[in-house]
Amino acid sequence: MSDFWILLTGSLVAACCGILGVFLVLRKMAMIGDAISHSVMPGIVIAFLLSGSRDSLLMMFAALLFGLLTTFLIQMFQQSGIQADASIGVVFTALFAIGVVLVSLYARQVHLDQDAILYGEIAYVHWNLWVLGGINMGPKAVWLLGFTLLVITTVIGLFYKQFKLCAFDTALAAAIGIPVAFFHYLLMGLVSMATVSSFESVGAILVVGMLIIPASTAYLLTDRLGVMIGLSVAAGIASTFLGYGAAVVLDASIAGCMVCAASFLFVAAFLFSPSQGIIVKKLRLRQLA
Amino acid sequence: MDTIWSMLSDPNMQWIFLGCTLLGISSGVIGCFSYLRKQSLMGDTLAHAALPGICIAFMLTGVKSIGLFLIGAGLSGLIATFGIGYITRNSKLKQDAAMGIVLSGFFGLGIVLLTLIQHGDYGNQAGLDKFLFGQAASMIASDVITMTIVCGLLITVCTLLFKQFKIISFDPGFARGIGYPVAFLEQLLMLLIVVAVVAGIQAVGVVLVAALLITPAVSARYWTDRLGLMVVLSGLFGAASGAAGTWISASVSNLPTGPVTVLAATLLFGLSVLFGPTRGLLAKRLMRQRVKQRFIRESEPLVKGSVKKEAAL
Repeated sequence: MSDFWILLTGSLVAACCGILGVFLVLRKMAMIGDAISHSVMPGIVIAFLLSGSRDSLLMMFAALLFGLLTTFLIQMFQQSGIQADASIGVVFTALFAIGVVLVSLYARQVHLDQDAILYGEIAYVHWNLWVLGGINMGPKAVWLLGFTLLVITTVIGLFYKQFKLCAFDTALAAAIGIPVAFFHYLLMGLVSMATVSSFESVGAILVVGMLIIPASTAYLLTDRLGVMIGLSVAAGIASTFLGYGAAVVLDASIAGCMVCAASFLFVAAFLFSPSQGIIVKKLRLRQLA
Repeated sequence: MDTIWSMLSDPNMQWIFLGCTLLGISSGVIGCFSYLRKQSLMGDTLAHAALPGICIAFMLTGVKSIGLFLIGAGLSGLIATFGIGYITRNSKLKQDAAMGIVLSGFFGLGIVLLTLIQHGDYGNQAGLDKFLFGQAASMIASDVITMTIVCGLLITVCTLLFKQFKIISFDPGFARGIGYPVAFLEQLLMLLIVVAVVAGIQAVGVVLVAALLITPAVSARYWTDRLGLMVVLSGLFGAASGAAGTWISASVSNLPTGPVTVLAATLLFGLSVLFGPTRGLLAKRLMRQRVKQRFIRESEPLVKGSVKKEAAL
């Protein structure tokens, strides 16, 4: 049974991150995703210190707040003349540092250690159960991730056209009256939500792997946005299964193995993609010659 | 909390203090060039990518020596840079996605290796996880000596090749035109970044060492428009943050050095954003006020004139 819950949690993480990752990769904001996944850390810790529990909505809210704060600060420094990547670097390292300092100062009082935040504890997911009126409803993480996935699919589904246009041609989107800035912040809010609900299972640092790697794999395989989202989710789920298998065999970190499996799939797509793959391109060249 | 002087009287602490300060100087200096070449996040990627190199070096030799780790991390950092370049050149993925992939892929591999080491029968592995956030206090004299030599070397190379690095930072096309080996210099700069990152890992940790490259350089940029001065200021900022980080983390138990160093650097950055002479927020606000007042002063006679004209009509 524990295998089932771990795989389900991993797949939900992959689905949440896979959908959002596509838009990050298309808007060339992969590193902003990286930044947000680091900088929600102080939000998580502060909410944890205030509420004392690990799965409150407060935590979600605090992380959302810090995600938006990160986006806002990056934007502000960029507008004041700092290069984009430098402003990302300054903001997320500062916020992450605050988070780590808070954890190390209060590590004794609270049950929240650096390792859990860094690489997650997906193996313990099925021990943290949600009991409602005496009935066992299953692991809390699954419910949290399910809720996040619902929010993500609803928001993306409702505003699919707007997100699509913003991803490919921001200038046109702005010209025909779509509030581009609003959708930018909406996307970043969703990324923060996905990060905080995944952090318990894959950790704050490896979330970025699940955000970017499957989406990039999908990007190499297709030219259509709808297909790309589907493929990205599929690649994410496949890497969850592969990664978990590898982790059981090797007795190593599950989250780490999941990201390694995702990278493995990416390398496969990079080499053998029917339209983009290196080897396919070489073969085509040889045929022409 | 001890006072800084009583801490400095401890000879072991003096070494660590010196090492971290030198580290701050050298990464501040190199950070300037990587900032100007719009490669700030490269340091972050390289730092994460160094983790599997460190783990493999430890697995192969079973020794925790900073020299070996330098070699392992340097090699995996070089593979990472090569990987980023290869992905960007050979697919439609842009540099940010390539960096994200390499960063998280290598870091994932590093975490896997780290857990393999922890679960396996490698003796003497305790403290390897200190590399994630850095623990300056855990450094031993030979580590500090290696670090000092490396940092000295970095500063020397940057001083000697200052003119060349300056040109490739601002105008690589011109540098090629006057016959500099641009590709070689770019690779050399990348190598120096790798070395700075790896040297910093033990003190600041894998996750945050990039901040030592980025934050002091960005702060220095607020104070000046001249590269020479910027490099010096950035080095000073880096040194101050390194020193403050070591001092505070050594005197409070359980506090890793990396985050404290980064927060010190961020504080300096905040001060620069507020008080920078021409780009700072305060200076900008004052400037706007002056311009507004001058405008009002200069347009006053015109307004009066038009009022008079209207009255005459």
